[in-house]
Amino acid sequence: MKITVEHLNFYYGAKKALTDISIEMKANEVTAFIGPSGCGKSTFLRTLNRMNDIIPGARVEGSVKIDGADLYASGTDAVLLRRKVGMVFQKSNPFPKSIFENVAYGLRINGMAKGRELAEQVEASLKAAALWEEVKDRLHDPAMALSGGQQQRLCIARALAVRPEVLLMDEPASALDPIATQRIEELIYVLKKDYTIVIVTHNMQQAARVSDATAFFWMGKLIEFGPTPSMFTGPREKLTEDYITGRFG
Amino acid sequence: MTFRDWRRRALSSVMIGLSMAAVLAALIPVALILFFVLAKGIGSINWAFFTHMPAPVGEVGGGMANAILGSLTMVGLGALIAVPLGVIAGIYLSEFHGSTFASVVRFSADTLNGVPSIVIGVFVYAIFVLPVKHFSALAGGAALGVMMLPVITRTTEELLRLVPMALREGAYALGATRSRAMFTVVLPAALPGILTGIILALARTAGETAPLLFTSLNNQFWSTSLNKPMASLTVQVYTYATSPSEDWHRQAWAGALVLVMIVLVCSLAARFATRRLERMHTGH
Ligand SMILES: Nc1ncnc2c1ncn2[C@@H]1O[C@H](COP(=O)(O)OP(=O)(O)OP(=O)(O)O)[C@@H](O)[C@H]1O
Ligand SMILES: [Mg+2]
Repeated sequence: MKITVEHLNFYYGAKKALTDISIEMKANEVTAFIGPSGCGKSTFLRTLNRMNDIIPGARVEGSVKIDGADLYASGTDAVLLRRKVGMVFQKSNPFPKSIFENVAYGLRINGMAKGRELAEQVEASLKAAALWEEVKDRLHDPAMALSGGQQQRLCIARALAVRPEVLLMDEPASALDPIATQRIEELIYVLKKDYTIVIVTHNMQQAARVSDATAFFWMGKLIEFGPTPSMFTGPREKLTEDYITGRFG
Repeated sequence: MTFRDWRRRALSSVMIGLSMAAVLAALIPVALILFFVLAKGIGSINWAFFTHMPAPVGEVGGGMANAILGSLTMVGLGALIAVPLGVIAGIYLSEFHGSTFASVVRFSADTLNGVPSIVIGVFVYAIFVLPVKHFSALAGGAALGVMMLPVITRTTEELLRLVPMALREGAYALGATRSRAMFTVVLPAALPGILTGIILALARTAGETAPLLFTSLNNQFWSTSLNKPMASLTVQVYTYATSPSEDWHRQAWAGALVLVMIVLVCSLAARFATRRLERMHTGH
């Protein structure tokens, strides 16, 4: 198991946002999180790279282990952890820098490459994110000049550049048209050879298409978790069935 | 067209008219000042004005070379103190904006910003001039620095806090530490605005007379010593404008024009320098 979560509770100040979550995610698989808006998908995703640390008053109980090492143990360095667990955000957030500098950023700050090697790794990351052909002639243009879908793929390239082991994606295609969405889905399919991927999505078909396992959340609880095909053909829980057949949510 | 539609359009036109009137009202003083300074000053601007010293009393001609150099020197000195201090303080305020100490610093900066410039002049006079018993460019620069400091601090803080949290998170997600994220993503993102704020602060203080009357005073001679009194455009303009001499009046207008031009050129230079950064924000 790549990621093991046991009895996780999460609080925003006094408000409890996640209750007793236990789940295991396998290496080189895609795990999808589904559930109605506000059920805690993003919150849970962000506990996996300790991104919630920066929210004042946020508190975690229970354990989250990656390769057996507890993320919330006192010896764990959140900064080092985030190098291993990359993240792509719901709303694409390229830096106000050039396309090249966006991808080079993580490599630079982590001292992973410079000069020719840096340029090569930027190119490789952009190719891995299926963006290279569209931007190779304008690497020094502002990232903000790219289209929404291109910006999202740039953020994926930026995350891939530092070669994480786990890639967390929070609704990476929510703001994209069907073609751009399809490109991202194809990308996820290719990337899972090298990465453990966790993806939040509102789109049932997308979850069914890209994921190996699916977790259904509802009001801060993990209602059901299992292999994607059986989740979509024969869910065990009534709530899951109602949600995936569109009766609520 | 129904009455509702008609009313909506009429209201819209009235509002547009009102805002245009407000813009005009705000522009009129600026336009008048520029027009007057230009009209009155341009006739006395010549090469000698920039290269010559003030003419002795009773003689016609001469220039303000020493005052121009003095103003630039003292604004530069002030900036040397206030820009690094102000930017660093602003970073602190934005990073720790909830802390008690930050509230105290913020309140102090706002208070300092409201202190009349003449009071700052007297204050610097008491601590920089009285102990050594002579006026100096250094004291003048310090007074201007004290004036710039709160503006730069608060502008930096406000602009840093406008940078979306999402950018910061993007940097964290790639393994950036808090300070790394600050200096490599947040600060560069806010830099065009911060630079504009700094230039405005410099421009505003370049036009100050009161704090210099007590600190650098004036100097009829060419002096580059920071430890001696130093001429400045504002004090020189003040002296000439309040004198009875017609020729000095003309020189005062020319001095005012040079002051306005310096401010204008600096603002344009700042615009130009931040264009590349701004392009990264807007994408074109
Ligand atoms: N910073 C925060 N402070 C306090 N409460 C928060 C914060 N962020 C989220 N919440 C609350 O926690 C709950 C879970 O939010 P979360 O963002 O994880 O939902 P989600 O499943 O990702 O929803 P969506 O599908 O709309 O993105 C919600 O009730 C939300 O209001
Ligand atoms: Mg969410």
